[in-house]
Amino acid sequence: MLKNRIIPCLDVKNGRVVKGINFVDLKDAGDPVEQAKIYSDGGADEICFLDITASNENRDTIYEVVEKTSKKCFVPLTVGGGVRSIDDINKLLNCGADKVSINTAAVQNSKVVEDSSRKFGSQCIVVAIDAKRKDDGWEIFTHGGRNPTGINALEFASKMENCGAGELLVTSMDKDGTQSGYDIELMQKISSMINIPVIASGGVGTLDHLVDGIKSGASAVLAASIFHYGTYSVNEVKQYLASKDIPVRI
Amino acid sequence: MDVTIVDYKSGNISSVINSFKEVAKDKVNIEVTSDLNKIKSSDKVVLPGQGSFKSCIDGLNSINGLIDTLSEFALNNKKPLLGICVGLQMFADVGYEEVETKGLGWISGKVSKIDNQNGKYKLPHIGWNQINIVKESKIFKDIENNSHMYFVHSYEFIPNDKSVIAATTDYSSNIVCTVEKENLFGTQFHPEKSDKTGLKIIDNFINL
Repeated sequence: MLKNRIIPCLDVKNGRVVKGINFVDLKDAGDPVEQAKIYSDGGADEICFLDITASNENRDTIYEVVEKTSKKCFVPLTVGGGVRSIDDINKLLNCGADKVSINTAAVQNSKVVEDSSRKFGSQCIVVAIDAKRKDDGWEIFTHGGRNPTGINALEFASKMENCGAGELLVTSMDKDGTQSGYDIELMQKISSMINIPVIASGGVGTLDHLVDGIKSGASAVLAASIFHYGTYSVNEVKQYLASKDIPVRI
Repeated sequence: MDVTIVDYKSGNISSVINSFKEVAKDKVNIEVTSDLNKIKSSDKVVLPGQGSFKSCIDGLNSINGLIDTLSEFALNNKKPLLGICVGLQMFADVGYEEVETKGLGWISGKVSKIDNQNGKYKLPHIGWNQINIVKESKIFKDIENNSHMYFVHSYEFIPNDKSVIAATTDYSSNIVCTVEKENLFGTQFHPEKSDKTGLKIIDNFINL
């Protein structure tokens, strides 16, 4: 049977990990390649890099990181952050990314999603949705959560499915960084409404939060902090989920 | 020994290249090319495939003489060929993704959309699923039954002759995920992304 995926996410800035794993045996705590390798050796089902490089001049560093990582990690590698065009996607895929996640560009011009999923296949196009509660729904934000758009998150999710996105990476901005759990209602609403897989993100602090995330209907759970700070290893997470009858690859 | 990965500009093959190079180390020469002479003279061929059935077939057709060369390699000379994902699907007579498209016709059958049972199953089928080995295959040497492999697809290959099926995976129904017919091998999952077990399958193919 298909297993639920556990996806550790690494924030990368100018080619270095910003929030790293606090493992003592790391030679270089800021090296994304080394950290990704630790995750994949530990049983991560997929690795996610989020490039938060602010300036365009330093963009090329992420290509180098992806290239090196893909020569060492043989699990799927998803890369997001600053992806604007078909050309950006092409470059990342050529460097060895398996999937590319698109956020702001997808909102500004949904044709990027349509064109890229037709060109590269929907299997490698992930649309990242940053959503925040507003009134009785959710509004999506762009530019790493800085700009409100007035667009309803559920409607946008459905639109992206129709444009050919292969997966949706849904982050609750209300929950992100709080370690108080995913926005379960948001995950439930989106997962039940669309027929492509949802990756839940934003807010994990405990192992039970991951259990709740999967139970909300998400196919995969993404987490940063609990892995970054070495609170849990990927293997510990999986053992716990398995003990709660959640199907995982061990 | 020379193993050739066919580069026909269809989808992203970096991961396939990286994994084969990792396994081959210095023992085996891994060539990535669309050069017909190099394909002809190689010992083994890998046919990757990403995107739609139609876009991959179009990609093969866009290189003059490529399909004939591959057919000669696989059907006449009977040298080992491994199709991955859409690379496997193209073995079929016909595919139904986007529009009805003629396949290579190497293993009789069709490629249809996975039945999602009215939304009960999400598509694409993405993630790690277990394989159920139904027939001994040379590429399964030292691979345990129920091993996890990484899948990402919405269409499935349905061969007419069930005896070519080497493994299935359970998603909505029993989906064919490995075939072996004489020198032809194909996996619906991505061995290049399936961690150590996937690399072992690649190793088995290289060592055939």
